[in-house]
Amino acid sequence: MAIVHQFSYARPSNLDEALALMDRHAAAAAILAGGTDLVVNLKEGRARPSIVVDIKGITELQRLHVADGKLEIGALATFSDLLRAESVRTDFPLIAESAGTVASVGIRNRATLVGNLCSAVPSLDCGPALLVHDAQVHVVSIHGSRAISIHEWFTGPKITALQPGELVVSVSIPRPIKPHASCYMKLGRYRGEDLAQAGIAVMAVDGFTYRIAHSALAPAARRARFVESILDGAVLDQGVLRLATAALAREIAPITDMRATAAYRRHLAGVMLERGLREAVRRLHARGPVALGRLP
Amino acid sequence: MTNITFVLNGEARTVAVDPHDVLLDVLRDRLGIKSPKAGCNRGDCGTCTVLLDGRSARSCLILAVEVAGHEITTLEGVGAECLTPLQESCIALDAFQCGYCAPGVILTATELLRDNPHPSEEEVKEALAGNLCRCTGYRSIIDAVMAAGGSP
Repeated sequence: MAIVHQFSYARPSNLDEALALMDRHAAAAAILAGGTDLVVNLKEGRARPSIVVDIKGITELQRLHVADGKLEIGALATFSDLLRAESVRTDFPLIAESAGTVASVGIRNRATLVGNLCSAVPSLDCGPALLVHDAQVHVVSIHGSRAISIHEWFTGPKITALQPGELVVSVSIPRPIKPHASCYMKLGRYRGEDLAQAGIAVMAVDGFTYRIAHSALAPAARRARFVESILDGAVLDQGVLRLATAALAREIAPITDMRATAAYRRHLAGVMLERGLREAVRRLHARGPVALGRLP
Repeated sequence: MTNITFVLNGEARTVAVDPHDVLLDVLRDRLGIKSPKAGCNRGDCGTCTVLLDGRSARSCLILAVEVAGHEITTLEGVGAECLTPLQESCIALDAFQCGYCAPGVILTATELLRDNPHPSEEEVKEALAGNLCRCTGYRSIIDAVMAAGGSP
């Protein structure tokens, strides 16, 4: 299937060149990294840029390292890069666990976490993990740079706080200081390649505090602050879990679409929250290999 | 149109492309490489899989201009001299029926076996999750990859 829409192509070799192009073309410029979303959108007519700016020649955007207790993920880091990085697997296992659920190997070899963030579909797999980690999105334009909290990033379905002319250079993820463990639960129609019908990330932090975020259960991925407040300081027993599940049902706004009905999503969200909490707590008190946090 | 040069199955090739030309179409329609197939055209089915610098990728989601200076391997470049052990075991175990998914499956499994020579069945299933086959139910394909990996 050919792309009908015509555009020009630029492959800047440094950030300044890229930002100058983006300043000149603003909303008419589309950024190309892995292309797994952009090329589909070009084919299906949803993206009609006058210029495609391929950022793969900008080597500084490839960075993927841990410094000062923070993981920095450059705009060109693919999901496969994240899965291969020892520092991600050992110190940020929730990021690795989420990355492993994205589509399939052939997509993960090209698709970037930053691209996933910029596409901002409500079902994005990296969203819940970044939300529980209080990530920061680092953005530059010809006018300067700014950091956007992940909590202010998603402004609606496929809408973000990114302005025309701005480019995401990296995402930084602080590692919680206290002992913690986490779990990503993804609900799909089948094992293997599929978008999430619902996604829930849970982080249990030593001292009985819990961080919870969800995707595909509201117009945008977000933290479940009401559920967190109910769980704060609590030991997980059946009564607390029932309260938390009821709180989650009030906090989410699932829709019916081709992947699931709203009622199904609402019901399974509660099941996933409970399983996610139990698994995160189990991992907090355990060492050794852990099961994938995916529903059977 | 601009000329791009890239290494295709070990040989440098130059071809004139427009920015909107998709790699899959350029391979099939201009370079005579017919093993990558058009299936879903949106990255879901895996039948257009090629190896880009040794890693499996969807040629339907890559602009041809992006591969300038890179290396593309298709099934034509795998076992060109003699069949690989994976290809031999696909034949021996009747891995495929219609064969439409075969090039993508073989390239994806080639990448898997290179990175992980003795994969578990779970690892084979995970690696092939993005290559859809509508004939076999996958059993024969998984068996062939496991046999090639030496851990049946």
